Amino acid sequence: MPLILSAFASGLLFGLGLIVSQMVNPAKVLGFLDIFGHWDPSLALVMGGAVAVSSLGYLVAKRRGVPVLAPRLEIPTRRDLDPRLIAGAALFGIGWGLVGLCPGPALVGLTFGPTEIFVFVAAMIIGMAVFRLVPADWPQVTFRREATRVDG
Amino acid sequence: MENFTPVSSLIGGLMIGASAALFLVLNGRIAGISGILGGLIPPERGHVGWRLAFLAGMFIAPLAYVASGAALPASELDASLPLLVVAGLIVGFGTRLGAGCTSGHGVCGIGRGSPRSIVATLVFMATAVATVFVTRHLLGM
Repeated sequence: MPLILSAFASGLLFGLGLIVSQMVNPAKVLGFLDIFGHWDPSLALVMGGAVAVSSLGYLVAKRRGVPVLAPRLEIPTRRDLDPRLIAGAALFGIGWGLVGLCPGPALVGLTFGPTEIFVFVAAMIIGMAVFRLVPADWPQVTFRREATRVDG
Repeated sequence: MENFTPVSSLIGGLMIGASAALFLVLNGRIAGISGILGGLIPPERGHVGWRLAFLAGMFIAPLAYVASGAALPASELDASLPLLVVAGLIVGFGTRLGAGCTSGHGVCGIGRGSPRSIVATLVFMATAVATVFVTRHLLGM
């Protein structure tokens, strides 16, 4: 039960932060991404502030070694770059840039934003479900060496 | 620069960071929204409760914000329904394939110095900026 309550509190604080920072406003997000137009750098401060505090949290968590309420830390350990990571991030950026919604603000927008957000969230959930059908080794990038051609 | 809101943006950012820090120190988990939601599709035994609780907190945030007496900021979404569907599909699929979004890679991943998250964030920022450039300045959408 404490794990559920702390997850709820974290989600609440996360949502409030998205509202206060105006990340929940797709027009504001697009203004940040539009660095070749009337650029609004506000969201760089959102990211900067968020990263600063989250890194402090990471230091505290590492120092403690064990979380306060759970048996162990569940932190990703992979450090290698792979085609899935790059392709997934590239796709996500395209979708984000098309309408200015990423997953967090889209979910908060369900109880506050324009009703069209439901369409986006429904499509996002379908996209996540489609991902489950993808084989674990897709996409594969093979670096093909051109066969040495001997002209003659 | 006329829409620049440095103070509220910084405060909001600190709150998001505090949420990620709290969740890591208390629950030992990364506050990555696409991962928290994606883990429910399909639901994973033993990991449904905390995921739903985190999402419930997010859904309640606007109501709590209003209850505190503050006025909600604007939410201007100027996109056609087909575009919303396409963008939603790409965001859902892409964040799962790339194992994270703005929160998991951007806020939490960079915060712990993960090379994967730093690269992922650079990639999605670059394609997002490129997409806005193409739609706004080349296609005039």
